Amino acid sequence: MMIDNILSDSQRSEQGEMQQQVLPLALIRGKAFIEKPQDLFIPPDALEVILESFEGPLDLLLYLIRKQKFDILDLPIAPITKQYMEYVELMKNIKLELAAEYLVMAAILAEIKSRLLLPKQVIEDEEIDPRAELVRRLQEYEITKHAAAELDKLPRLERDVHLADATLGKGFQFRTIDAEVGLDELLNALQDVMKRNNALAHHHIQKEVLSTRERMAFVLNQLKQAPKNEPFIEFSQLFQIKEGKQGVVVTFLAILELLKESLIECIQSKVYGQIQVKLKS
Amino acid sequence: MSEIITKPKIKVYKQAIDDEKLKCLIEAAIFVNNGPLSIKEMKQTILMHYHLTNKRIIGQLDKLSEDYQNRGIELVKVASGYRFQAASLLNEDLAHLFKEKAPRYSGALLETLSLIAYKQPITRGEIEEIRGVAVSSNIIKTLMERNWIKTVGHKEVPGRPALYATTNDFLDYFSLKSLKELPIALEIEKPSTSMTTPSV
Repeated sequence: MMIDNILSDSQRSEQGEMQQQVLPLALIRGKAFIEKPQDLFIPPDALEVILESFEGPLDLLLYLIRKQKFDILDLPIAPITKQYMEYVELMKNIKLELAAEYLVMAAILAEIKSRLLLPKQVIEDEEIDPRAELVRRLQEYEITKHAAAELDKLPRLERDVHLADATLGKGFQFRTIDAEVGLDELLNALQDVMKRNNALAHHHIQKEVLSTRERMAFVLNQLKQAPKNEPFIEFSQLFQIKEGKQGVVVTFLAILELLKESLIECIQSKVYGQIQVKLKS
Repeated sequence: MSEIITKPKIKVYKQAIDDEKLKCLIEAAIFVNNGPLSIKEMKQTILMHYHLTNKRIIGQLDKLSEDYQNRGIELVKVASGYRFQAASLLNEDLAHLFKEKAPRYSGALLETLSLIAYKQPITRGEIEEIRGVAVSSNIIKTLMERNWIKTVGHKEVPGRPALYATTNDFLDYFSLKSLKELPIALEIEKPSTSMTTPSV
């Protein structure tokens, strides 16, 4: 088949008026290959692409076996190894990091070949064919490769299946779940708040609205206005009930202050009797 | 206030629902839901206040499926439940809607995924053994990120390698109801009892 191709190529060039210079098919290790290697079954210009598309040494081996229509169960090691090595040689130049795994396979092939070359043992029945393990692996790999291809054929989301979707209607309200609250819980909460509040209570110091000094002057003024012959004013009369508790306290403080400063004096004529207040003479 | 007051139990009476409303409710729910909706999920959400048997729900799902015959959309059952999708006949024309092409997956990724699908639970080493090459971490990462595979345990061998298995998302993605629906794998040809003599 290869020879046919080459013939048809050369025929074509003969038919052309201009004689074209023969271009090298590939450059391998700086050496130009003008003729296609006879052992290869793929055009060498496609080699690089094909080598990258192999999934591994088993894949390559499987490809070679299928291409030559060899029976996987009757693996002719010698020709396969030879071809395999051609690819590995090419691969080493293109993708060195990949070559290691392929070289392992090459070693396995060489090992099998050497075993086959050994003189046959007498007890032939018990000897396992050295190719058996490789054949098993090749078969298992072929199944995987087939399964992957089948999986790829399945309809896939994004590629083959488009999901139908609808949005929620206008004015749709998401359900809010109201928590149930019992009266006891409410009371507990209130108690907690009160407790916390008590613990955190501050002492509020406020400026007094009513000035003691002012009240002192007021009290003195009242006492001054008292007639000379009746200088006493009843203690209770100094207080204005309408001023409330605060007024009473301020007045009382004012009286105490005035007493301290000896500006007024208090006289109680009898036990539990009314207290009389007058200016200190 | 430490006394615990037991709350009176409110008895919820399950309501009745007619077939037509049930069908419409199921239809809307599948459309609106983010991802496939299972019968179990329906019963826990949209149908929680109705007294219904699975049989009645399936009956309405079947009717819904009939309603969508010869329409642009079809009701499909996958692993995680029911979903609506565009009729496959229209795929080719619909593809023009999507400027970005669907991701293409490499042969290595597909081989790895199919090994996990068919031979789960499986370790990375076992995958490498069959494929004959190292499994790149990127492939496992991609499969994990797409939530197609998950770690289901660790094999009790030195190193305790992770055991991988496929997920429901994987089945949904490939429109499968269960692993049983995976394409049938090739049969292993039995090696002939006596191999032909090697040609050396």
